[in-house]
Amino acid sequence: MLDAVDRTTAGERIIASKAAPRGLLPMEARGLTLAISGKRLVDAVDLDLNANSITMIMGPNGAGKSLLIRLLHGMITPTSGSITWSGEQLNEGMRRRQAMVFQRPVLLRRSVAANVDFVLSLRGPTDKAKRDHILEHVGLLEHAKQPARLLSGGEQQRLALARALALEPDVLFLDEPTASLDPASVLRIEQIVSSAHASGTKIIFITHDFGQAKRLAGDIVLMHRGGVLEHTPAEKFFEKPQTAKGADFLAGRIVL
Amino acid sequence: MQDFAEAFRLAFTLVLSGDPDLLEIIGLSLRVSLSAMLISCAFGLAIGATVAVLRFPGRGAVIVLMNSLMGLPPVVVGLVVYLMLSNAGPLGFLQLLYTPTAMIIAQSVLITPIIAALSRQVLEDLYSEYAEQFRSLCVPTHTAIGALLWDARYSLLTVALAGFGRAVAEVGAVIIVGGNIAHLTRVMTTAIALETSKGDLALAMALGMVLLTIAILVNASVMALRSTAARHAYA
Amino acid sequence: MTTTKAGMRFAMALVLAAGISVPAVADDASIIVQSTTSTANSGLYDYMLPIFEKKTGIKVNVVAVGTGQAIKNAQNCDGDVLLVHAKSAEEKFVADGFGLKRSDVMYNDFIIVGPPSDPAKIKGDKSAGDALKKIAGAKANFASRGDNSGTHKAEIKLWKAAGVDIKDSSGQWYRETGSGMGATLNTAVGMGAYALTDRGTWISFKNKGDFEILVEGDKSLFNQYGIMLVNPEKCPNVKAKAGQSFIDWVLSADGQNTIRSFQLDGKQLFFPNAEAEPMQKAG
Ligand SMILES: Nc1ncnc2c1ncn2[C@@H]1O[C@H](COP(=O)(O)OP(=O)(O)OP(=O)(O)O)[C@@H](O)[C@H]1O
Ligand SMILES: [Mg+2]
Repeated sequence: MLDAVDRTTAGERIIASKAAPRGLLPMEARGLTLAISGKRLVDAVDLDLNANSITMIMGPNGAGKSLLIRLLHGMITPTSGSITWSGEQLNEGMRRRQAMVFQRPVLLRRSVAANVDFVLSLRGPTDKAKRDHILEHVGLLEHAKQPARLLSGGEQQRLALARALALEPDVLFLDEPTASLDPASVLRIEQIVSSAHASGTKIIFITHDFGQAKRLAGDIVLMHRGGVLEHTPAEKFFEKPQTAKGADFLAGRIVL
Repeated sequence: MQDFAEAFRLAFTLVLSGDPDLLEIIGLSLRVSLSAMLISCAFGLAIGATVAVLRFPGRGAVIVLMNSLMGLPPVVVGLVVYLMLSNAGPLGFLQLLYTPTAMIIAQSVLITPIIAALSRQVLEDLYSEYAEQFRSLCVPTHTAIGALLWDARYSLLTVALAGFGRAVAEVGAVIIVGGNIAHLTRVMTTAIALETSKGDLALAMALGMVLLTIAILVNASVMALRSTAARHAYA
Repeated sequence: MTTTKAGMRFAMALVLAAGISVPAVADDASIIVQSTTSTANSGLYDYMLPIFEKKTGIKVNVVAVGTGQAIKNAQNCDGDVLLVHAKSAEEKFVADGFGLKRSDVMYNDFIIVGPPSDPAKIKGDKSAGDALKKIAGAKANFASRGDNSGTHKAEIKLWKAAGVDIKDSSGQWYRETGSGMGATLNTAVGMGAYALTDRGTWISFKNKGDFEILVEGDKSLFNQYGIMLVNPEKCPNVKAKAGQSFIDWVLSADGQNTIRSFQLDGKQLFFPNAEAEPMQKAG
C-alpha cells in the first residue's frame, strides 16, 4: 500500500521507506475525562493531533501523561468525553493499527526473537526474515537467542520498540522510552523513532528531557494536573511558552 | 527402632531382588498416578488458565471453591467415584469399578482441583505482568491463555508434580474404587495399607521407602528434563 | 444424566488418548468375590485360587473389606460372589433377594488375645462369656473393630450373651477403632488392650509384640463362613456361570480338601464343613 514499486522485504519497507502518513489521523479528543474514585486524573482534555509531526507530551510527574495516552490508545475507557481518529469513534480495528511502548517494558519470558515472533503471529504468519530484519534495525540481532529478561535496560527498551514496530503501526505511543538510558542509547532510540516517523508512523512520545524534545518534537503538549496547559509547535514552545505555567515549567521552577 | 533397621534392610533386598510382584505394583502405581496427572493437567490447566484470565461475576467464589477443593479427603472422593461407578450407580454400565481406570478417575478427581487452583495462582501472577501489554496488542483471550501456559511452563511443571505427589501418595480413594485386588489393582499405597493391617510393619515401611524413592526419581527426572529443555530453548 | 455420560466418555477418551491402555477386567473369564480381610490376610486365597484358576481358567479377583462393606458392595451389584462370615446378615441378604442360596463353607475360630500381664485374669478361661464379664468388671481396655464387620458382629453377640452392656463404656475401657482386624490388633498391642480376633489373622499377624492367646476353644467362638452367588436377576451383570462354578468348586470335595490342607506355621486355619452333594443346587 505504501510503495508498490519497492520490492524490498516487508521489514525494510516499514522501517526505511519514506511515505505519506498513513490513515487514522487526525485525532480529536473532546472533554476527555477520567475519574477514579472521585479524582479527576484526566480532566476535560481537548486535543487535536495531526499526522505530520512527532508529538511530545511533557509535564511534571503525576500530571496524567501516561493515563492520557492509554486513553487515546483505547486501553482504558474514559469516564466521559470522546475520542475520534479520522472522524470515527475509536474502535478495535483502529487499536490494532496502533502500538505502545510502555514506561517499564513488559517482555515475555522468552528469547528476544520469540518476543518479536509473538507479536508478528498476532497479525499474520510469522516471518523469520522480517523478524531478523527488525532485530537488526534495533541492533539486537546478535542477542536474538538470548532470554529477553537478561538484556540490559537499554536493550530491553529497544526490544520493546522492535516489537511495537513489528506491528507496522500507523500510530506509535512511546511512554518515556529513554528514561534511565545512557546518552548513546538515547540517541540510538531516537534514530529508530525518527526513521519510523519518516516512514509515515505518527509518533506520540512522552518525555521529561528538554533536549530530546528539542531534537525530535514537532509539537509539544504540556500537561498539568490532568489537563492540557498548552499545545504548541515545538520551536514556538521553546522560544516562548504560551502560558505562565509553561514558562515556569521550562525554566525548571516548581509548577503547582 | 529395630523396625527401621529391618525396614531399610528389607527395602534394599526388595529392590535388589527385582521381585516381580513389587515391580508390578510399582508399575501400576506409576501408570495410574501419571495418567491421573496428565488427565488432571488437561482439565486443571484449562480451568486454572480460564479463571486466571477471565473476569466474570462469581469469580471470587469460584477461586475460594477451587482452593477449598484442594483439601478434598481422598476417602470422600473414593466414595463418590465408587457410588458413580458401582453397578447400582449411574455409570455402572461402563463396568469400570475395580479396574485401574477407576483408580485413574478417582485420582484425577482428587488432583484436578489442586492443579486448577495452583495453576490459577501461577498464571494470574504472570498475567498481571502481561495484562497491559496484551491489552495494548489486542491479544485474543485464547492466544493470551496459550502464551501464559507456555511462558509459565516451568512453574506449571512443579504444579503437575504436586498433583502427582498427592496422587501417588493417597490410599483412601484407590482402595475403595480399586479394591486392592492382587495383580490387578494393587498399588504401592494399598499394599502398604495391607501389610500394615497384617502387622508386618517392617515390610510396610520398606514399601514406603520404595515409594519415596520412586517419587524422588520421578521428580529428579522431570527436573533434569526441565533443565535440558531450558538450555535448548535458547540454544 | 446424558451430560454426565458424555463427560465420562470424554474423560475416557482422554484416558485412551493419553496412551494408557487399561486391561479390561470385565471379560467372562474373571469374577469378583466380595470377601473379608480376615480370609484374605490369612493367605487362604493366595493358596487356593491358583488351584481353581488352573483347573477352570477363571480368574478370581478378591475384594477384601469388612463383612458389612462386602455385603453392601454386593447389594450394589459390585461383585459376583459373596464369601463372608456373618450368618444372620447373610441370610437377610438372601431373603431380601440380593443373593441366591447360601451355603456353609468352613469355619475357623475366634480367640481373645491380650497382654501377658492379663489385668482381668482371664488366661485359660474355658468360657468366652466369663472372660468378657471379667474384662468388663476390671474395666480393662478392650479394642473392638467397631466397623460392623463379621468379627465385630460376633463380638457384639458375645457381649450380649455375657450380659455386658458395652454402649456405656465406649470411649472408656471399651475402645472402638472403626477399622480392620489388623489395624485393630496394632491398636490393641499399642495400648495393651484385649481384643477378639480370628485365629487366621492372629497367626499371620507380624506385630504381636508380647501378646498371647488368652482364651480359645469355646464353642461360642466358632466363626462360620458362608458363600452365595449374587442374584443375577437383581444384578444382570453378574457372571452367574463363572461365579457358580467357583462356588461349586469351593463346596466340592476338591475345594474342601484344599481348604483343609491350607496351613500357616504348621497349623490348620480353616475347617471345611460344607454339606455333601452341593452340585445340583445351582440357582
Ligand atoms: N489506576 C489508578 N488509580 C488511581 N490513581 C491512578 C491510577 N493510575 C494513575 N493514577 C494517578 O494518576 C496520576 C497520573 O498518573 P500518570 O501515570 O498518568 O502520571 P504521569 O504524568 O505519567 O507521571 P510520570 O511522569 O511520573 O510518569 C498520578 O497521580 C497517579 O498516581
Ligand atoms: Mg508516566
